[in-house]
Amino acid sequence: MSLAIRRQSILPGFGLTLGYTLVYLGVIVLLPLAVLVLRASSLGLAGLWDIATEPRILAALRTSFSLALAAAAINVIFGGIVAWVLARYDFPGRRLLDAAVDLPFALPTAVAGIALAAIYAPNGWIGALIAPLGWKIAYTPLGIVVALVFIGLPFIVRTVQPVILELEQDVEEASATLGAARMQTLVRVILPTLAPALLTGFALAFARGVGEYGSVIFIAGNLPFVSEIAPLLIIVKLEQFDYAGATAIATLMLAASFLILLTINLIQAWSRRRMGHV
Amino acid sequence: MSETLAEWETRPAKIAWAPKTFAITFSKSPVAGEGPVLASILVGVTLVFLLLFLVLPLAVVFYEAFANGFAVYWEALNAPDARSAIWLTLTVAAIAVPLNIVFGLAAAWAIAKFRFAGKSFLITLIDLPFSVSPVVAGLIYVLLFGAQGLFGPWLKAHDIEIIFAVPGIVLATIFVTFPFVARELIALMEDQGTGDEEVALSLGASGVATFFRVTLPNIKWALLYGVLLCNARAMGEFGAVSVVSGHIRGLTNTMPLHVEILYNEYNITAAFAVASLLALLALVTLVAKTLLETRFKDALPGKSRGH
Amino acid sequence: MQIRAVDIFKNFTGSSARPALDGVSLDVGSGELVALLGPSGSGKTTLLRIIAGLDFPDRGSVYFGDEDASKKTVQERRVGFVFQNYALFKHLTVAENIAFGLEVRDRQTRPPKAEIRRRALELLDLVQLTGLEKRRPAQLSGGQRQRVALARALAGEPRGLLLDEPFGALDAKVRRDLRSWLREIHLRTGHTTTFVTHDQDEALELADRVAVLNHGHIEQVGSPDEIYDHPATPFVHGFIGEASALTVDLRAGNLFIGNHQLPLPGRSGRTGRGRLFVRPQDIVIGEGDANGIEAEIVAVRRAGATRRAEIVIPADAGRVEIDAPAAVNFRPGERIPIRFLRGTFFLDGEGAASSLC
Repeated sequence: MSLAIRRQSILPGFGLTLGYTLVYLGVIVLLPLAVLVLRASSLGLAGLWDIATEPRILAALRTSFSLALAAAAINVIFGGIVAWVLARYDFPGRRLLDAAVDLPFALPTAVAGIALAAIYAPNGWIGALIAPLGWKIAYTPLGIVVALVFIGLPFIVRTVQPVILELEQDVEEASATLGAARMQTLVRVILPTLAPALLTGFALAFARGVGEYGSVIFIAGNLPFVSEIAPLLIIVKLEQFDYAGATAIATLMLAASFLILLTINLIQAWSRRRMGHV
Repeated sequence: MSETLAEWETRPAKIAWAPKTFAITFSKSPVAGEGPVLASILVGVTLVFLLLFLVLPLAVVFYEAFANGFAVYWEALNAPDARSAIWLTLTVAAIAVPLNIVFGLAAAWAIAKFRFAGKSFLITLIDLPFSVSPVVAGLIYVLLFGAQGLFGPWLKAHDIEIIFAVPGIVLATIFVTFPFVARELIALMEDQGTGDEEVALSLGASGVATFFRVTLPNIKWALLYGVLLCNARAMGEFGAVSVVSGHIRGLTNTMPLHVEILYNEYNITAAFAVASLLALLALVTLVAKTLLETRFKDALPGKSRGH
Repeated sequence: MQIRAVDIFKNFTGSSARPALDGVSLDVGSGELVALLGPSGSGKTTLLRIIAGLDFPDRGSVYFGDEDASKKTVQERRVGFVFQNYALFKHLTVAENIAFGLEVRDRQTRPPKAEIRRRALELLDLVQLTGLEKRRPAQLSGGQRQRVALARALAGEPRGLLLDEPFGALDAKVRRDLRSWLREIHLRTGHTTTFVTHDQDEALELADRVAVLNHGHIEQVGSPDEIYDHPATPFVHGFIGEASALTVDLRAGNLFIGNHQLPLPGRSGRTGRGRLFVRPQDIVIGEGDANGIEAEIVAVRRAGATRRAEIVIPADAGRVEIDAPAAVNFRPGERIPIRFLRGTFFLDGEGAASSLC
């Protein structure tokens, strides 16, 4: 079939490489995912619904989604500022910080998890500072947010930064010649231009945050109904040999990822239509 | 246009009339920048935020690792369980990364050098593992190969262990690092087109010779870039591996899993000692990645447009 | 409103190598249309940006009428600025783009919504884009975008209109259409207007007066006629229109090519080497002309309705090109007497011209 739809080309190896790609993709990714979907469908929609609405699972899903949402929102604001400053300002150490933004991509999540827990624990560098005020970050939902902000930061910065670099200076100047104060230019001209990138970054960080496990469990406290995240509950269910429960949670999370993926594509299509570019 | 550009290139990145702040704007236009107050706030927020979320976590790893002196640090790394964890991590990466390189090369060749229906859908499928939670990635292999899994009984009958054994760890690692090499190569090779290869073939080179003498030199830096990221994730993966490993000390513990065990046993210094090795790996990866981006940005996909 | 730039000095590099503007002064009369013409790097765009308040001079002042605008921000200056690449807001519709300047005003001076909309539609009418108010910039052609950019600049009743290479990014045909259209808009609105261009045809056709810039200096300011017919400096003569430059000697007020005295009135008493600029139409082939200078035809090309001959003037003076009717049969190698009807002589080391007729 590949021969029929393939463009005339003198390059060799199309059948071999495409075939290998499809087999490898099928074995490693598609077949295992299909098994998950198969298992879930054997539960039936009603069965899926019953499991998903179990109080502990519902609480875990709510925790994962709401805190990932909060962390992504924090990242849109601060990550947006970081991207702006890294793109537009120069100061000692800028290049170092720019490179360091990718640290959450490169640092194993378990390492990030114990490091954040150590910093924000009541006896940690920052935990000790705020403990006298009666504040607690580690082992509370707040700790989860901290971990998810760490994990999500590069998604926002690396999505927005190139768009800032591509902004045309004369558009800002045009705004100024029309009488707009700098703040008006930022809010009325620059922010709307960056909006698609900010939204995309938000969705990416949110998607990553919902599924994140390693960096969260050390700082979360993992208290059922309070600070237990959905991925952890999958593991708990597996350890209890509750395969149906684990499958149901995983299926819901997978569906959420696809929904977010779809949203990102829609955002980009909308942006292309509106602005005539990505 | 050309005049404007020429003048802007020679323009210094500072505002002559603005009060001196420690940060100066890159803005090439004196009116397209924030005032000194807003600029200071923005730069200040950035510095505090990045200090809190990037610098401190990295610092605390090494601080805690060496909190009880170098001897204790060395002892923690030299413990038999730690050594076997390090060995297992290297083994898993040594299997998973080459497999994903071969896949990345094959996929990029098929996708970038030929035109066929369903191409963008195929790219979406290749990127799929990025949007799957690592725990779900582990779970799907349990559902496939676990005792209760699809092939569980068959595997048990033939005495093959995948889950709670090294093959499961390798599989989960391959899954989570699946797209790294492929997506770098696809993006770059689509930019490069097929011209070079067509010339080589027309000069009489064989397909294999064309690949090794024309294509590979063109993509080597992007390949290295993808391998770096792939390797960092392969050695550092925690969630997916955690589900399939079974946490058998000395046998199925990778470094990140060993960190968890030590940490949960309140062996904090040892946990951070092993973690410091992983942090070092992350730093080496970042430095190499940054070097590649600055030195060879024209040989990397989509990074040649930077200012 | 009269706009004046006085003794503007601007150096971007910080080193003293070559300032972008080196003591430039320019008056633009109320309601006048002035072109800033010059090659790349001559400083014309910089001067325009300094007038707008988009750049700040190292020395010198800008006056709007009697008011010193030098210390005012770009927002306070209230000039309309049209950028070469339009600089439209991509996320806003055409109408929203035009209304932007009114929308960002503070509550006291901002017109009511209905008035803003009325004004936007009126301007859309003026730039002949009626009905396109809901489009976004990405859905417009280059020429249409530039019209929107102009309408946007005009919306806030600016005190002056500044255009930076307004037609630079457009293709030749659209350029010519927009040229006459801009002239028309200027007649109707009467804004004091300055525009930057590197296209001499555009400058000469459109402007009341043209300021020719080179290396951060103004070489000459004058009406298109003055610039074309009486170029003040060798640069202007070389830059505007076609001309050949010949190396000639001035001896006691008379011009010589080699030992041939040119029948052109010179300046009294001076002696030295210099350059004579001659336009093709001021060169005639004087058959049997005793005063003609013998020159050799080296190449002949057919150029449309005419025949263009490249002629070497003796005594290493240089080459000229002349146009002759196609019927005239030139042959390379042929020697013919030629005569100069008009020319402009510049003594080396002196900028001032001595026109000859």
